[in-house]
Amino acid sequence: MKYRIEITDREQTGQLFSFGVLLLSIMCGFAAIGILFLTKGVNPAYAIWKIFAGSFGSFYGIMETLTKAIPLILTAAGLTVVFRGKFWNIGAEGQIVIGAAAATWIALKIGALLPSPLVLVLMILFAAFFGALWGIVPAYLKARLGINEVISTLMFNYIAAELVRFLVIGPWKGTTKYGYPYTDDIAPALFLGYLPGSRIHYFTLIMALILALLLFYILFRTKFGYEIRVIGESHEAARYAGINFMSTTLLMVAISGAMAGIAGFGEIAGIHHHLTYPETVSAGYGFTAIIVAWLGKLNPLLTIISGIFFAGIVVGGDAIQISLGLPAATVQVFNGTILVFLIMGDYFLKHRITLVTGGHETWK
Amino acid sequence: MEIAIVLAVLKRTLMAGTPLLLATLGGIITERSGVMNLGIEGMMSVGAVTGFIVTFVTGNPYLGMAAAFAAGVAISQVHAFVSITLEANQVVSGLALAMLGIGISGLWGKSYIGQPLPSKIGQIRIPLLADIPFFGELLFVQDIFFYLAIALAAFAWFMLYKTRAGIELRSVGENPKASEAQGVSVTFYRYIAVAIGGGMAGVAGSHLSLSYSKSWIEGIVAGRGWIAVALIIFAAWNPARAVIGAFLFGGIFVLQYLLQPLGISPNLLAMLPYLTTLVVLVILGIGKESRKKMHAPAMLGEIYRRGER
Amino acid sequence: MQNICKSFHGRYANRNINLHIKSGEVLGLLGENGAGKTTLMNILYGLYRPESGEILINDEKIRIRNPHESMKHGIGMIHQHFMLVDKHTVIENIALGYPETPFFFPARFIRKKIDEFAQRYGLVINPDKQVWELSAGEQQRVEILKALFLESDLLIMDEPTSVLTPQESIDLFAIIGRMKSEGHSVILISHKLDEIVANCDRVTVLRKGETVGEADIKDVDKRILARMMVGREIIFSFEKKDIAPGKEVLRVQDLHVNSDRGLPAVRGVSLSIHENEIFGIAGVSGNGQRELVEAITGLRKVKSGSVHLHDEPITNESARVVNSRGIAHVPEERIRFGIVPNLLVFENAVLKHHHAHPFASIMFLDYGVIKKHTENIISKFRINSPSINVPAKHLSGGNIQKLIIGREIDKNPSLLVASHPTYGLDVGATEFIRTQILQQREEGAAVLLVSEDLEELFSLCDRIGVFFGGRLTGIIDPKTATLEDAGLLMMGSTAENK
Repeated sequence: MKYRIEITDREQTGQLFSFGVLLLSIMCGFAAIGILFLTKGVNPAYAIWKIFAGSFGSFYGIMETLTKAIPLILTAAGLTVVFRGKFWNIGAEGQIVIGAAAATWIALKIGALLPSPLVLVLMILFAAFFGALWGIVPAYLKARLGINEVISTLMFNYIAAELVRFLVIGPWKGTTKYGYPYTDDIAPALFLGYLPGSRIHYFTLIMALILALLLFYILFRTKFGYEIRVIGESHEAARYAGINFMSTTLLMVAISGAMAGIAGFGEIAGIHHHLTYPETVSAGYGFTAIIVAWLGKLNPLLTIISGIFFAGIVVGGDAIQISLGLPAATVQVFNGTILVFLIMGDYFLKHRITLVTGGHETWK
Repeated sequence: MEIAIVLAVLKRTLMAGTPLLLATLGGIITERSGVMNLGIEGMMSVGAVTGFIVTFVTGNPYLGMAAAFAAGVAISQVHAFVSITLEANQVVSGLALAMLGIGISGLWGKSYIGQPLPSKIGQIRIPLLADIPFFGELLFVQDIFFYLAIALAAFAWFMLYKTRAGIELRSVGENPKASEAQGVSVTFYRYIAVAIGGGMAGVAGSHLSLSYSKSWIEGIVAGRGWIAVALIIFAAWNPARAVIGAFLFGGIFVLQYLLQPLGISPNLLAMLPYLTTLVVLVILGIGKESRKKMHAPAMLGEIYRRGER
Repeated sequence: MQNICKSFHGRYANRNINLHIKSGEVLGLLGENGAGKTTLMNILYGLYRPESGEILINDEKIRIRNPHESMKHGIGMIHQHFMLVDKHTVIENIALGYPETPFFFPARFIRKKIDEFAQRYGLVINPDKQVWELSAGEQQRVEILKALFLESDLLIMDEPTSVLTPQESIDLFAIIGRMKSEGHSVILISHKLDEIVANCDRVTVLRKGETVGEADIKDVDKRILARMMVGREIIFSFEKKDIAPGKEVLRVQDLHVNSDRGLPAVRGVSLSIHENEIFGIAGVSGNGQRELVEAITGLRKVKSGSVHLHDEPITNESARVVNSRGIAHVPEERIRFGIVPNLLVFENAVLKHHHAHPFASIMFLDYGVIKKHTENIISKFRINSPSINVPAKHLSGGNIQKLIIGREIDKNPSLLVASHPTYGLDVGATEFIRTQILQQREEGAAVLLVSEDLEELFSLCDRIGVFFGGRLTGIIDPKTATLEDAGLLMMGSTAENK
């Protein structure tokens, strides 16, 4: 009985099937992570259970998860736009930090001079603007000179991090808290309100949801979104169609950078209330958002769900980090592994694998 | 006195450039076969931590080097499988592996932070040649990684341009369809090229943990993997130019420390390597826009399907 | 080859094919585009594996799993699209395929052998030049050298004259003659009846993936072969109405355009096209036609000279502006440039025009209008598609081209620029496209038709400009000129020095 594996292109994919593959990919990812945990002498099943228990198993956990979901949703929604245009913005981490810095700066500069709602609006605008700026430069370099955006946005990450580190230790060092690398706190009137019993700064959360919806609309209902998608799928067709590569690229990256910047604003006004070390402010959200965007199938609305899911992993990860002594870098393990399995899952969505039994004697 | 300082600076430059050279050479081989490897940062990280741990446990740094090579190869094969066999997007795959590698490095290295190694890779002095004034001390009293890097650069150049395997490898990256039609297995060459690239990145990482630094630091690779990706472009995919580029950047790393006494904040100085990378890329982009495209392997990053209609 | 079967995507490419060839014989493999000839030969060469069937050499069953094995059995193939590495030298390309290439310093060994073969078969070539620097004919000689190195007994040539000028074709068949006398066998794949009749000993005809006949050449003539190929009498001429050309629509004056590498591709071309006129551009690909088309359609900047539409300058305007002024463009590589394969059919139906009324207002796309428009095009142009909601890549080549042409024509353009519009299409789609082009002409449009198919140009065009080396070597009237006239112009002799 002869048999062989036959691989053909899959013509259609059902929604349910797609979701099933997604689920399977994630589970395999967790299995792999579990193996890695074993190497550290950690019981994988226990660890994974603890992660989900920590993030979704208690009121506090859920609140924390939603809190962490805010910057993830904001950033990831922005990433779906540029990823659709095949612009690999790896610089979200730096854009968040720069946005945070810009928001802090304006708050400290004029926080006492103008009514708080106005200051908050200015903070958001500045954060968005500088985040956009941080993305536009690599975007311009790519559109004009063909420079690989992965490297350029990454370099901007490092530059942003060092810049902010310099600022908080040096010129912007706070005068109230001696010895800590913080700036002064922003005015208490600027602290964003929380949902009772939690740290969910609902103002930013609502902004995130609205913006995600807006981006969805832009991607699929406007000319601009259409042009982004054409550029992403086929450069040549885009050129033939008269689509302006430079302006479309700049605008879409500006949007992504702005979203990340706003996430930075949220972390300052809502959580930290002062600027500090870049790692604390952005906490790897810029990288995690990449996975969130991918998990959300590059659909801004779906990033709301995948954002919450991954926030759960981050929160749970924090929980076991402390209890099991795992380092902060563990979240990168999650990021990398799940992304790998997601890509592998994509393969099954594109191809159908069948086992052919019997048949004539064919050549192997 | 002055000469001694210059000598020390130059020696340190060569040392700083060594991991960059190793990683870049590996990356050149991989990209010549048509596969983009953005995971170099992760592979270097995995190599660094594996090399460190093995050396710590066994006390033998050479075992550590070997282990680092193996680790780099192992993790690179995930990238190979995903991007070659599963035909996934090479950018995303490389990125995922970079994240994974960095994470694993942090995970495994946590308990070793701040701990020094029982025995490090020391400098090897080559008799006779080392006695040449100035240059002898500079070039021939270095650790084994340096000699390895230079040797590999020469070997890579020779292999690429003067052997049959080199022609076949380059053809696979330029025109996989034609290569396959002549009976050259694209899949075979790409897997091997990725493995070599990963292994060399692993060894490059182990240089950082076994020779360059005094103890284990979290984030020891500090973006060198990404700089290596830029260096591949700078080198125009040519091992000879990679040597120049790597040591140039090694110099930039050393420059940070040289400028500190001037009173500039160390953080601003720390930006230097990354800013320089950007500047270099911009200059390359402006300078020879169309010619640069002529140097890159034509099918770099493109998915190849065997027997495609 | 016996009972060979092979399918792609559930469609049969080869079904129960039988074919045989003797040594010292030239066998023609005849069939239209899409009949399955290349697939069959790829199986013989080892690039594809058949689902069933057998191959025998000297009555012995053999297995061919990859090109290595076919080469070991003495089978060599020269593909229609050359399998050469552009950036590498001739030596490196030959070394690539040759199993006996030494591992170290291969160049020296290969160079010597090239000299030997060049002498024996009369192949002139500079071994150190990079392939992209060579002409099509020279590149083909590299391919032939590769096959000779392998000492192939059987040589498969896939549409070898498609990239050659008539004179180069004559040279090629001379070389084939020499090989035949040295005992080699040749399978000549072609869709050109004249070639097959003139150069082959026997012929096998394929249609829609099946063998429909085989014969000795002396027993058949063109008409019989044509009928076998298509299944009915081919009518090579179309109903072309006699219409006098109207006002000038397009005027190109002394145009100079550079190629991607910065070398001059179009050197001082001037032409003008009128309403109700089809102006053809003949010539082997690579002589500047592409750059000319891109300059006219706004996809490439010109170095000097001008382009006017209805007397208004459009030189160096962007593609979007050019498009809005009324120039439609059916591009050369339909899948790469003409559509976005992963986007849905209705999304592709408005590519290029998506930004304007009626498909979009200031910011938003009106999907209702877009979808109706798509349905319109599908029915008007008889496009075969499961629905408008599938990715465009699921359509067959012919349907994709119909979608593109439907989309472009729908705007009632003043000028239709069509670049190799029927390349690679089956007869049904080809006839349809040609009819559409003629229809545009009748309705008052001006048409610029670039094609390598001289028969197509002669039957459709009112005037034909021949391109060589970036210049128009002559403009001929298909009613009075002959194919040979065109051939001479294609090779560079201008009307004066004929």
